[in-house]
Amino acid sequence: MLLIPCPWCGERHESEFTYGGDATATIPSGDQREDTEAWYQFVYERTNPAGDHAEYWHHSYGCSKWFKITRNTLNNNILDVPESSQS
Amino acid sequence: MQQYSILNLAKHALSGHMRWSRTFGGRKLRKRYDVIIVGGGGHGLATAYYLAKNYGITNVAVLEKGWLGGGNTGRNTTMVRSDYLLPANADFKEFSLQLWEELSQKLNYNVMLSQRGYVSLACSDAEMEAKTQQANALRLRGIDCNILNIDELKKVCPELDVRQNTRYPIQGALYQARGGIARHDAVAWGYARGAHNKGIDIFENCGVEDFIINNNRVSGVKTAKGDIMADTVVVSVAGSSGLMAAKAGFTLPIETLSAQAFVSESLKPIINQVVSFDTGYAFINQSDKGELVMGGHMEPHNGYHQRGGFDRIENTLSTLVTLFPFLSRVRIMRTWGGMVDNSMDGAPILGDTPVERLLFNSGWGYTGFKATPASGWTMAHHIATGEPHDLSEPFKLSRFRDGSLVDEHGTGPYPTAY
Repeated sequence: MLLIPCPWCGERHESEFTYGGDATATIPSGDQREDTEAWYQFVYERTNPAGDHAEYWHHSYGCSKWFKITRNTLNNNILDVPESSQS
Repeated sequence: MQQYSILNLAKHALSGHMRWSRTFGGRKLRKRYDVIIVGGGGHGLATAYYLAKNYGITNVAVLEKGWLGGGNTGRNTTMVRSDYLLPANADFKEFSLQLWEELSQKLNYNVMLSQRGYVSLACSDAEMEAKTQQANALRLRGIDCNILNIDELKKVCPELDVRQNTRYPIQGALYQARGGIARHDAVAWGYARGAHNKGIDIFENCGVEDFIINNNRVSGVKTAKGDIMADTVVVSVAGSSGLMAAKAGFTLPIETLSAQAFVSESLKPIINQVVSFDTGYAFINQSDKGELVMGGHMEPHNGYHQRGGFDRIENTLSTLVTLFPFLSRVRIMRTWGGMVDNSMDGAPILGDTPVERLLFNSGWGYTGFKATPASGWTMAHHIATGEPHDLSEPFKLSRFRDGSLVDEHGTGPYPTAY
């Protein structure tokens, strides 16, 4: 069981949230918008680390806020909670 | 090779079973092999066995970080079946099921295959239609599969609660009579014994730390026991696939998640099939020891921790109690987790990688155990001939670039959705 720190509501039970995946994958923009390799990397490739993992969470059964945290995938420790990265 | 037979059993009984020969291991690590297989789980050991048996390639080393079958081979819920909708998946798993059916005889090792039937429940008209489409697709490919209505289902599975006033009233099921379970440890040990007896070396506690790559071609691996050279290296490490790919300098369309399983205390025989419930997602079978073996959804986030949260346990068990009300009084004995390597379309990633002569057998996610024999068979083919086997060709890594995905579930590139 994880306690996810929502930047708006504070620590809440994992069951209130929806996992949003790897936060390091970025949508190709600017010059890269026509680059199929950049889209391949965004859609499919994941570094999938055993350790610190930047990831999105959505407080779907709470305040609806999207935010980014860094969680260690080996021991589930949550390391830092930056400001909301999507609204 | 010392055959296991009733005659030999009687003979060894006279010496108190103290003189059986060693089944694998005990050889000296050499500096060079034709083929190195990284990972001594079912898939890696099956690959070794079929390399020797089908192609006579025996200058092979299997390197296992821990102990044989100590990863997902020893952690899965042992279900074997071939009821997949897409032709590539169905043909692969059906070939695997056929290999399962003769495996104990071929290996002279009892893998305890029990074809007790696989029941996949449907709880709505839409789900019944989807299952019917799936059964029809399978039958058109010559793979046995039936649709059961409630009366038929009740005969097959009398403990099931099929009343219509429940939260998810059961409408019927897809039924594959040849599906069932096998003894997971025995699969690893049987393949290891078979490979060892054909001259293949197997080393435990020998993790691979890095690859030796020259001019984009693999030439060996670095281990704690020294460098070992090889013409071909095959990586068969399930949940750690992404980490091994990173060492080789490329990224896979794979994320590693934790999947849980649990067993109850031992009961007398009560659930005679493998029963799967897709609406809420949970499955159950009864082991030969009498324990009920259960599982459900994976953890919803990436993880290498080989354990899971209580949420999933509660969710899975409450779902199963709605199917089998008697379960409410059964106690859970153990829970554990495994690392599953889910690919971006839910299908495995087999064969060539960006590095020459470095092959990957990965991306099996939740569904690798049943595929063990065919996976070993097709990987051995690829190593020996340099070309993918017809059955594994659709699962090449390049499918993500050219768009020929094998998306059984049609849920898009979300590994947590499978």
